[in-house]
Amino acid sequence: MHSFDVLVIGGGHAGVEAACAAARMGARTALVSFDLNAIGAMSCNPAIGGLGKGHLVREVDALDGVLGRAADAGAIHYRMLNRSKGSAVWGPRVQADRVRFKAAVQQAVRMQKGLTLVQGEAAALVLRGGAVAGLQLADGTIFEALRVVLCTGTFLGGILYRGEERFEGGRIGENAAHRLAQQLRGADLPMARLKTGTPPRLDGRTIDWAVLEEQPSDGEAWTMSPLTERRINPQVFCGITRTMQAGHDAIRANLHRSPLFSGAIAAAGPRYCPSIEDKIHRFGDREGHQVFLEPEGLDTHLVYPNGISTSLPVDVQEEVVRTMPGCGRTVIVQPGYAVEYDHIDPRALTPDLQVRAIPGLYCAGQINGTTGYEEAAAQGLVAGLEAAAAALGRQAPRLDRANSYIAVMVDDLTLQGVSEPYRMLTARAEYRLRLRANNAATRLTGLGIEAGCIGAARRAWWERREDVRTMFHVKHSEKVHARELADRGLPVRRDHGEKSLAEWLRYDRVTPAALAPWLGDLTELDPVLAEEMAEDAAYAPYLARQDAELRDLRASEALPLAADFPYGEVPGLSSEMVERLTKAAPGTLAAAGRVPGVTPAALSALLVHARRRVAA
Amino acid sequence: MIDRPTIFALSSGAPPAGVGVIRVSGPAAQAALEALAGRVPEPRRASLARLRDAEGSLLDEALVLWFPGPATATGEDLAEFHCHGGRAVIVAVERALVSLPGVRRAEPGEFTRRAFANGRIDLAEAEGLADLLSAETELQRAAALANAGGVLSRQVDLWRDRVLGLSAEVEGVLDFSDEEDSAELPESFTWNIAALAEELTGWLGRPRSERLGEGFRVVLAGPPNAGKSTLFNALVESEAAITSPIAGTTRDVIERSVAIAGVPFTFVDTAGLREVEGADPIEAIGIDRARDALARADAVLWLGAEGEGPQGAWEVAAQSDRTDFAPKSRANFTLSATTGDGVSALKDALVEAARGALPKPGEAALNARQHARLSDAAEALVSAQCLSDPLLVAEELRRARVAFDQLIGRATTEDMLDTLFGRFCIGK
Repeated sequence: MHSFDVLVIGGGHAGVEAACAAARMGARTALVSFDLNAIGAMSCNPAIGGLGKGHLVREVDALDGVLGRAADAGAIHYRMLNRSKGSAVWGPRVQADRVRFKAAVQQAVRMQKGLTLVQGEAAALVLRGGAVAGLQLADGTIFEALRVVLCTGTFLGGILYRGEERFEGGRIGENAAHRLAQQLRGADLPMARLKTGTPPRLDGRTIDWAVLEEQPSDGEAWTMSPLTERRINPQVFCGITRTMQAGHDAIRANLHRSPLFSGAIAAAGPRYCPSIEDKIHRFGDREGHQVFLEPEGLDTHLVYPNGISTSLPVDVQEEVVRTMPGCGRTVIVQPGYAVEYDHIDPRALTPDLQVRAIPGLYCAGQINGTTGYEEAAAQGLVAGLEAAAAALGRQAPRLDRANSYIAVMVDDLTLQGVSEPYRMLTARAEYRLRLRANNAATRLTGLGIEAGCIGAARRAWWERREDVRTMFHVKHSEKVHARELADRGLPVRRDHGEKSLAEWLRYDRVTPAALAPWLGDLTELDPVLAEEMAEDAAYAPYLARQDAELRDLRASEALPLAADFPYGEVPGLSSEMVERLTKAAPGTLAAAGRVPGVTPAALSALLVHARRRVAA
Repeated sequence: MIDRPTIFALSSGAPPAGVGVIRVSGPAAQAALEALAGRVPEPRRASLARLRDAEGSLLDEALVLWFPGPATATGEDLAEFHCHGGRAVIVAVERALVSLPGVRRAEPGEFTRRAFANGRIDLAEAEGLADLLSAETELQRAAALANAGGVLSRQVDLWRDRVLGLSAEVEGVLDFSDEEDSAELPESFTWNIAALAEELTGWLGRPRSERLGEGFRVVLAGPPNAGKSTLFNALVESEAAITSPIAGTTRDVIERSVAIAGVPFTFVDTAGLREVEGADPIEAIGIDRARDALARADAVLWLGAEGEGPQGAWEVAAQSDRTDFAPKSRANFTLSATTGDGVSALKDALVEAARGALPKPGEAALNARQHARLSDAAEALVSAQCLSDPLLVAEELRRARVAFDQLIGRATTEDMLDTLFGRFCIGK
């Protein structure tokens, strides 16, 4: 019989990061998947990153994850979203060639030391005394494992809808893991249903690109991972088209045939990327909706029309597509569809993504009610690190809302639950100014090294970078008089006295490039770091003001609330408050304050009683 | 849960009075009803009962009420005895209560403390109640009541909602600019921030609640023998004395706090200071003190020669009964403190002036802590107006929200802990 420290079920983005992270920590790890050749498949949009999501990619990468480098390996189009705004909300996004991306992921998992790949259908958890002890496969094989991480995506009770048709399964052509699902249902975990959708795939050879507006790759040099030295693949452009009134009319005439409107799908879908029928229904007055035509790869003619996710019948999908400019003769290769699936109410999880009711079992990804590769990968990383740390008796990196989007997401999920598929947004991070996509390495790689999840190559890179960072700090504290700056043509008033270079960087139009005469060749040594340091200097007054707030936060994070804290015994708490708090089971007083609907009065009552319990 | 003592207190005015209401709060409230009234009445219904002590002697015939927790004022089981208001009756009932196991007399503010600790009221309301307990005048009571009743909390919630709405607009621009709907901030945006900032500034300009504690400061000034002390005594003598938090600042200045028509006043007699004018340096300190007293005055009553008093002083022609009386041509008041002529006209004018300068009855007044948090919010909104980067605008709006949260205790911060463990001595 085989035995592992950590066993990961599922080979999607969450499963890959969980398995590799656990193995990087040094845990003996196995990854079980229906089909090992499907590992690394992108089931939906062939794009990685974006607003908020780009931050997650960089953070996963900073903890030496797979996603960032695989994205670079597949990237055929780079775009920095929100470039015109402050750098804290820039969203690096790439479109990836499916084949190249998948090959990179496959290579990463196969090369990962300490990771065993197992092809098979996970049938049932082996439980011992209520805790996880292993996994049984459909063929009867049993693996022992100290920790099991479930990353089964939409495979839990997934039903696929396309017009009046319906199929069981997650992606087209795969079986849903029904036996495992039954077992989880038997454990009486709180479950809910969500839906997600995908657009039809088009044959690019039948699109008239010449009449469409082009959106080129952004022509800069940045990459998703700093370990990727340069962009690898030829870059392609996207086309921009839009839906037209004739298409809208077709949708309206057939709304009753869409499972979303016929009542077949009752679950909540994302507000953020609604289906085209939803858009027409909700914003009926709009003349058209923008659609990006994104090539799926260098060696395929498939095109992903971003913006028309739909579950309408095939004939209506065709009509909508054919009325879009440039698509008059376009052929649909694979029609769009909607998936309705079960997810676990993530409030049933502790902050390490462990199922409270089944110790040793972790859940990550879509199964927790999120949407998106990046969200899935980030959770997989957390679950893998935590499971390995627990199995090995070590500490996972300490992530919190002030140091990572990853922690923001996990905290949101486990405290607030989800009412629609959870997507990362920069608005969710209150300390956004310090959580920039471009400073992820500064924020997290050091923590990763301490925890022992960073490989040799990244460690060497990071240590070199820290040396340069120190040099920048020294340089930035050097004082320069306004006269010197003005003499070199910088737009500062000569009577502004002597200031450190860091202070000068707060001035509008004083850029790191303009300070080159004083920074010397440091900027050339690492231009990306130079930019990051300049932003730190510019945001410094705002960050300083947040420090007091963070001290308060950490003080109330220090007041623990036990998992079995008897909220019902806190006198005066309404039954509604007791229910909300019991369900969310916040680990600390600060977390209790973030549980939605908890009133200031209830919070103070809780504070008083928590203090009493600590004192007792 | 830790078993807490049951507390009781006379919650109506001091006996003798028409009725004496004794409140009992805590786990033994029900037992107290059984012991004294012999039964527990229907919840929230007044019923008549004969109260007896442990030996069975009749104490009083009273209305009794039973409020089972947690939906009560304190969040605990609560009993009320509405007795006859005679001193002996109250003492007898209190003695019977204190003899019950686990029951003791409440410390000052303890009912409030329990209501707060039991989540019945939020921080701003609790502060209002604490003020209410120390309120000695009608005006102080009305202002504290407004806060205790949640006027401020509700107002802050409204502001917070408005800022949330503004935040949502900026976040739309930041997070969804790749979609078509919300690429630019609407023109109304900056205007809305400005309007809110202005509203907050208006609140910040209002009289603070500490002003209620200090009262309206009236300084009597003038040369020796101008009649200052006589007038001082006439103003304070017949009025109810109140405890001023800043009484007796110096030996040279006599202060007395009284309530006139429910409005708190502090009268300051600078007697003895003018005599040392132009004297040696040590005595000059006294002059500084006089200047200091004048600077902090809300009103100065000038009893000296016309036009020689400090700017803005009220010209008072005093000693109108004396033969050597020197009338003033533009006197605000002509009076005699000895005969009482004209004194009530002066009092009426002082009350009117004080009402304008102190927080209005029923209007929530801010204390120093609340004022500081509201200033933070206002400052954040003001700087948000001048920023062009929506990211920084969003940060300022967030700062304003944090300030509002701290104001009403939604955020679990040091600020709140200080208030909690300092003022309310919770955790004993």
